Amino acid sequence: MHEELIAIKGFSDGLLISLSPTESWQSVTDQLASRIDEKADFFAGANITVELGERPVPKYELSSLKALLERRGLTLSLVRSASNTTQKSAESLDVPTDNGAAPEAAEPMARETAPVNSEETGTAGVLFRRTLRSGRTIHSEGHVIVFGDVNPGAKVIALGDVVVWGKLRGYVHAGAGGDATAIVCALDMSPSQLRIAECVFRSPPGRRKKIMPEVALVRGDEIVVETRA
Amino acid sequence: MGGKVVTISSGKGGVGKTTATANLGISLASLGKKVVVIDADIGLRNLDVIMGLENRIVYDLVDIVEGRSKLRQAMIKHKKFDRLFLIPAAQTRDKMAVSPDDMVKLTDELREDFDYVLIDSPAGIERGFRNALEPADEVLIVTNPEVSSVRDADRIIGLIEAADKGPGRLIINRLKTDLVKKGEMLSSEDVYDILGLTIIGIIPEDELVLSASNSGIPVTLNTQSKAGLAFNNVARRVAGEDVPFMKLDDSPGIFQRLVGLLNGR
Repeated sequence: MHEELIAIKGFSDGLLISLSPTESWQSVTDQLASRIDEKADFFAGANITVELGERPVPKYELSSLKALLERRGLTLSLVRSASNTTQKSAESLDVPTDNGAAPEAAEPMARETAPVNSEETGTAGVLFRRTLRSGRTIHSEGHVIVFGDVNPGAKVIALGDVVVWGKLRGYVHAGAGGDATAIVCALDMSPSQLRIAECVFRSPPGRRKKIMPEVALVRGDEIVVETRA
Repeated sequence: MGGKVVTISSGKGGVGKTTATANLGISLASLGKKVVVIDADIGLRNLDVIMGLENRIVYDLVDIVEGRSKLRQAMIKHKKFDRLFLIPAAQTRDKMAVSPDDMVKLTDELREDFDYVLIDSPAGIERGFRNALEPADEVLIVTNPEVSSVRDADRIIGLIEAADKGPGRLIINRLKTDLVKKGEMLSSEDVYDILGLTIIGIIPEDELVLSASNSGIPVTLNTQSKAGLAFNNVARRVAGEDVPFMKLDDSPGIFQRLVGLLNGR
C-alpha cells in the first residue's frame, strides 16, 4: 500500500478531495486517477470539490486535473486553495473557487482518514435527519444513517454500512468500495435496487404482506434479507 | 397584517396546476377574500385562458418588472368577481426576464392590498420554479395519483424543504375511484405513504373540468361538478376552515379508511 497523498470525504453536495500540497503533482494526480478507477461506482456522477492547500497550481496542471475528472464522468465544481496562482488558474478555467477558510482541511487531514473498519475508534458516518427524496444522493466514505425514508429515485452510496430508520424504496449501495461485509438495515426493506460490494438485489415485485425491520447482507455470492430477533 | 402568498407547484407538467390555481382563486374570491393570481409561467402563459380573461390583457408580469407598466395597470379584474385579479405572464419572453427578487418585491407590494396572492408555478425545477418559490409563505403541491407524477412531486418537495419553505400540502388531482378500486391507480393512501405530506385536497376526475377550461369558466362555478366542489373545499381549507373530506365513492370502506388516515396522522 502506497502512502496516502489524497483524502476523500463525502459531504452534502458531493465529494471533497484533498490533495497533499507537498508531494509532486504527477504522483498526486496519478494516485487520484487510480483511486477513482478502483471505486468507479462510488464516485459515479459526483460533484467534486478539490482542496489544494498552499500549492500553487498553474493553469495547465489544473486543466489536466479537470480533464482527468471529466473523463471519468465527474464534475469539478469547486477549487479550494490558499494560493493566488491556483485561484487565478481556476478562474480562467471558469471553475468557482474559495480560499479554504476552513483550516481543518489542508495538510493534517490527509493522514486523518482512518481505514473504514477500525472498530475501536468507530468510523466516520453521515446522519441525514429527514426523508431523502427523489433526485437526491448521499455519498459517503463511511457509514450512512438516514433518519427518515429513502424514497424511489433517491440514492445512497457508502463505502460502509447503510441504516435506514424508515422505508427504504430507493437505490442503496453499501460497501461500494468492495467491502462484502457491509450491511443494509431498514424498517421497511423494499429497495428499487440494493447493492452490497459487487452483488445486486432487486425487491421481488408485488406487495409484501408483512413489514418488519430487516437486514440485508452477503452470504456466499448472494444478498440475503433476514429479520433479526 | 399582510396577505398570504401561496404557490401552486408540481414538478411534472400537465397535472393540473393552472386549473387548480384558477379554481382556488375563484373559490377564495367567492368566500369574500381579495385575491390576486399570478401566472409565473413566462413564455407559456395560459392561466388567462382558463380564467377567460385572455382578450383583456394589455400589460404582463415582465412589463411590471421592467417598469413599463404600473402594478395596477397590469392587473386584470375578473368578469364575475370584483375582488379577483390576474397578473398574466408574458408570452414573448422567457423565464430569465424575471428574478426571484423581483417576485419577492412584487408580492410584498400585493400583500398589502390582498388577502391571498396565488402563484401558478411553471413545470420543472429551473428558474421559473425558483421565481414562484422564493416569495411563497406556503406551497401547495399538485400531483396525479400516478407513479411518475408522484416521483416528480417528491423531487420538488425535496427542493422546497431545502429552501426552508416546506413541507407544503398536497392536492391529489384527477383521482378515479373505480380504477383505484381495481388496483390500477395509486390510492390517496399510496400517495401519502410515499410523500408523507398533509393532504389538503383530493379532486376526482371530472370531464366538466376540461370543458370548463376550454370555455374559460372555471369548474368551481359549476355547482354540478364534484371536482368543482372539491376545489371549493381546498380553498376553504387554505382559508383555515376545517372541512371534512368529500365522499368520492359509495363504498364505505375506502371512505372510512381515508378519514382514518387523515385524522390519524
